Amino acid sequence: MKYLTWTDEAALEVVREHAEKPGPMLLTLQALQERFGYVETSLLPSIAKELNVSRAEVHGVLTYYSDFRTTPPASRQIHLCVAEACQALGVRDVVKELAAAGYEVGERSKDGATDVVGVYCLGNCALGPAALVDGNLCGRVSAKSLVAQVTS
Amino acid sequence: MTLLHEPDLGTPAVKSDIEVELVIDGMPTRVPAGTSVMRAAALLGTAVPKLCATDSLEAFGSCRLCLVEIDGKKGTPASCTTPCEPGMVVHTQTPKLEKMRRGVMELYISDHPLDCLTCPANGDCELQDMAGVVGLRDVRYGLEGANHLDAPTDDSNPYFSFDESKCIACSRCVRACDEVQGTFALTIEGRGFDSKISPGGTDFMSSDCVSCGACVQACPTSTLQEKTVIQIGIPTRTVETTCAYCGVGCSFKAELKGNELVRMVPLKSGGANEGHSCVKGRFAWGYASHPDRQLEPMVRESITDPWRKVSWNEAITYAATRLKDVQAKYGQQSIGGISSSRCTNEEVFVVQKMVRAAFGNNNIDTCARVCHSPTGYGLKQTFGTSAGTQNFASVAKADVILLIGANPTDAHPVFASRMKRRLRQGAKLIVVDPRRIDLVRTAHIKAEHHLQLLPGTNVAIVNALAHVAATEGLLDEEFIQTRTEEKAFRDWFEFIKKPENSPESVEAISGVPASELRAAARLFATANNSAIYYGLGVTEHSQGSTMVMGMANLAMATGNIGREGVGVNPLRGQNNVQGACDMGSFPHEFSGYRHVSDDTVRHQFEELWGTALQAEPGLRIPNMLDSAIDGEFKGIFIHGEDIAQSDPNTKHVKAALGAMECVIVQDLFLNETAAFAHVFFPGTSFLEKDGTFTNAERRINRVRPIQPPKTGKHEWEIVAELSQALGYPMQYGSSAEIMDEIATSTPTFAGVSFAHLDKVGSVQWPCNEENPVGTPTMHVDGFVRGLGQFMVTPYVATEEKSNRKFPLLLTTGRILSQYNVGAQTRRTENVNWYPEDLLEMHESDAELRGIVDGSFATLSSRVGETVMKVTITDRVPPGVVYSTFHYPTSGANVVTTDYSDWATNCPEYKVTAVELRPSIKPPQEIGMAAADLGLELVNE
Repeated sequence: MKYLTWTDEAALEVVREHAEKPGPMLLTLQALQERFGYVETSLLPSIAKELNVSRAEVHGVLTYYSDFRTTPPASRQIHLCVAEACQALGVRDVVKELAAAGYEVGERSKDGATDVVGVYCLGNCALGPAALVDGNLCGRVSAKSLVAQVTS
Repeated sequence: MTLLHEPDLGTPAVKSDIEVELVIDGMPTRVPAGTSVMRAAALLGTAVPKLCATDSLEAFGSCRLCLVEIDGKKGTPASCTTPCEPGMVVHTQTPKLEKMRRGVMELYISDHPLDCLTCPANGDCELQDMAGVVGLRDVRYGLEGANHLDAPTDDSNPYFSFDESKCIACSRCVRACDEVQGTFALTIEGRGFDSKISPGGTDFMSSDCVSCGACVQACPTSTLQEKTVIQIGIPTRTVETTCAYCGVGCSFKAELKGNELVRMVPLKSGGANEGHSCVKGRFAWGYASHPDRQLEPMVRESITDPWRKVSWNEAITYAATRLKDVQAKYGQQSIGGISSSRCTNEEVFVVQKMVRAAFGNNNIDTCARVCHSPTGYGLKQTFGTSAGTQNFASVAKADVILLIGANPTDAHPVFASRMKRRLRQGAKLIVVDPRRIDLVRTAHIKAEHHLQLLPGTNVAIVNALAHVAATEGLLDEEFIQTRTEEKAFRDWFEFIKKPENSPESVEAISGVPASELRAAARLFATANNSAIYYGLGVTEHSQGSTMVMGMANLAMATGNIGREGVGVNPLRGQNNVQGACDMGSFPHEFSGYRHVSDDTVRHQFEELWGTALQAEPGLRIPNMLDSAIDGEFKGIFIHGEDIAQSDPNTKHVKAALGAMECVIVQDLFLNETAAFAHVFFPGTSFLEKDGTFTNAERRINRVRPIQPPKTGKHEWEIVAELSQALGYPMQYGSSAEIMDEIATSTPTFAGVSFAHLDKVGSVQWPCNEENPVGTPTMHVDGFVRGLGQFMVTPYVATEEKSNRKFPLLLTTGRILSQYNVGAQTRRTENVNWYPEDLLEMHESDAELRGIVDGSFATLSSRVGETVMKVTITDRVPPGVVYSTFHYPTSGANVVTTDYSDWATNCPEYKVTAVELRPSIKPPQEIGMAAADLGLELVNE
């Protein structure tokens, strides 16, 4: 996935685009993550100021949702569903095989190029095991197919 | 008394005209509609177990301990979030509920350290209490699983500790910070089992936390705990008293263990604060036992001699002899006194009595001269009484708040919390201030208009607001016709309509865009309830009194007087500045604002005091100082005030003090003024005083001692003995007797006595036969003076103007953690927040002069110069600089001038033309050196 390099100025511009919308906090944080891949916590006081809320409130929302990142992502992303339906269709084996290939779920891959994140249900249960690779939904995945995708 | 536990009914009171009837545990009851089942039960005496509920916060429903059963309803609803309904039959104690509560409690305890016996909160812990109440006997889950027992403790705040391992994540602290304080500094970080309290991802000290203590008070465990409780232990007794910092006058429980003060906790039944506090009142009381405090009287022949510690007898005799000598040599008018707004009404009353009866003149003034004297003058002219019109609670009914020259979040924090709550409910705010104060924009608060005027143009602004109301048909005709003097109104109306008062003309003077002024005026004039709140940014100007009258005009013209939610409200700076003024501290007035030339009143006092009194007003502070320099005024008794630091043009003040032959200073510390004293009487802190303070809403609160005076004498005793030694007999058995004399001689205090206050808690004067429990809102059916009087208030620019040599305008103010000249707060841990004075400056002004952020700069005015550290900020506009005055080393008042209010001589602190240039040397230590010198001499 292509993300812009974080600069406070560029990030604040994104914040300002959303600040006047109703209930702007989630929209703003999502927009930042979409644009830069993560939210730099040193900017929290400024984000709070723009949204006219407190720094703690932004911190609370940012830490509540596990999808929000506060460090720059690797260049490739795997979000592997490890919820019940996908477990029934063998995702536990996928997890093991991925680990053996250097792609431990919950960590960055050994080659440093991919973040592997376990998630709970992508709504694609009929085609489990399911995953998002760089945001694109894939069904019937295997460790091999996933590794192939992120190394292609 | 033993430790006072104020009842906690679980959820806040609800106001409703409709009552509902229900049955709780077989007992029928009636409560206002909307009341929670928990509160209704508590009112019946049934405490439903709870952890996340407390009656200072809205119900939250997270702890699952307060579950009840209700006939005909499914499940077990939380009693805190369930409103009472007509005909409900509630059961709070059933075997099913007991089992569930024990189960919930087991889960809590499975992740809580089992160190109750060594925990600082042992004996004062709601978790412990609830474990007992639900009959917890066993924790089936053990402590082996995932837990938070190793979580770190955040000790960064100097006053309280945050021990995360003890946290049950009930959110009471988060909600207290949001709902009560309005700072939103806390949050729940993470989710699920990882949820924890966080001050925004940092430690408490680096967070937005203002250390008001609301979270500590709300915490049901020992997670947030006062460090003094950790060090000393749980207090065992309570003394109800009143804070001695600002004019909000918060009621506190001083909680002691034996005779040692453990903590100050705000009193829920306190009329001014209703259970809330700020960092100063809650925590910054350590100065009372600071080693710098002087406990023995001292004398010296000349101010270059070392101090000599002497007995009280010798000190009082010495002082009396010196004063008598001065009067013998220079005449009866050659001495005078200054009373203190930090002292009790009783102490102030005897000081002015001593001056009038024992000194035999009216040379008595008070430190209110330098803050709110224009309020007294202006409101007396227009409304007939020298005080604010409302109680603090009134702000909860205001729809538009016009805040002028006040910075409540720093200077009146507990009132600011009330105001912020109202603003979050949707009231609109108009800020008139040269500086962008926090309320202009802070979490969940945004001022509708910030009229960022040039310092010194207040009157032009208020006239423009009234002009818009008058010319756009927005006046309250009925109010004007029935409540105000017709001729005065017509004169004013003709004046205010003039084009010179139009926003368009005023824009040129004040720098505020006319469109903004018009919009603000329309907002104010068309709201149901518009209230004006103001501070020293109004009074400390050459037109301070004019501005007060201008605001009174605006309030009358728009019909915003005489009911809740409106009014003209001075935010008083000092704990007893209202009281000091009420007690006859001004040279022209006896207690209750009655002129000394009024024969009836004067004869009454002559009879009461058994001596002849002068009919001519005496000298004001600035007159005393000028007269001292002229060689005519030679002796002064200065009670609890540091004029060498707090009064304008320090050089002039010091020259005047140096020219006197007898300077008597009574204070806790050897302050800057004491460097010029011949006699030093050690004073008592508020923790030793027995008396009353009157706050900004005219509320008379009791101050009760937690210990006898550390100096061996009450301050009123010293004054009485000095009077005796001067030949005027003055004897009281207690301070209650002084209040009795005040009540006898002062109509507005007629119904006040210590016994009455002890019974009803507090009263707002007037308190008399007609209003036995006081008067929360004034001028309801008519003004004190009968009809309200409009005053013509033309804008006149100050003489103090910026020019090429002094192109910037300096204005001054204070900060949350420090109080005035800092004599007290500098001697507490509050210095951690603000270790030195800072001068705020706009980037463009700084760049032009080559001044960088954090560097020192020489600040010079027409009268003096000093060196201050500069902080670059966009809070101030270009052309305006701002500084605090908490430290003697910075000497902000070295540069302020002798200009003052035309009517009252209140100094023009808020406008000084200055220039700045980079400086390599740090602030000179003029002031501190003087005080240190005094100390060294004592130690020899």
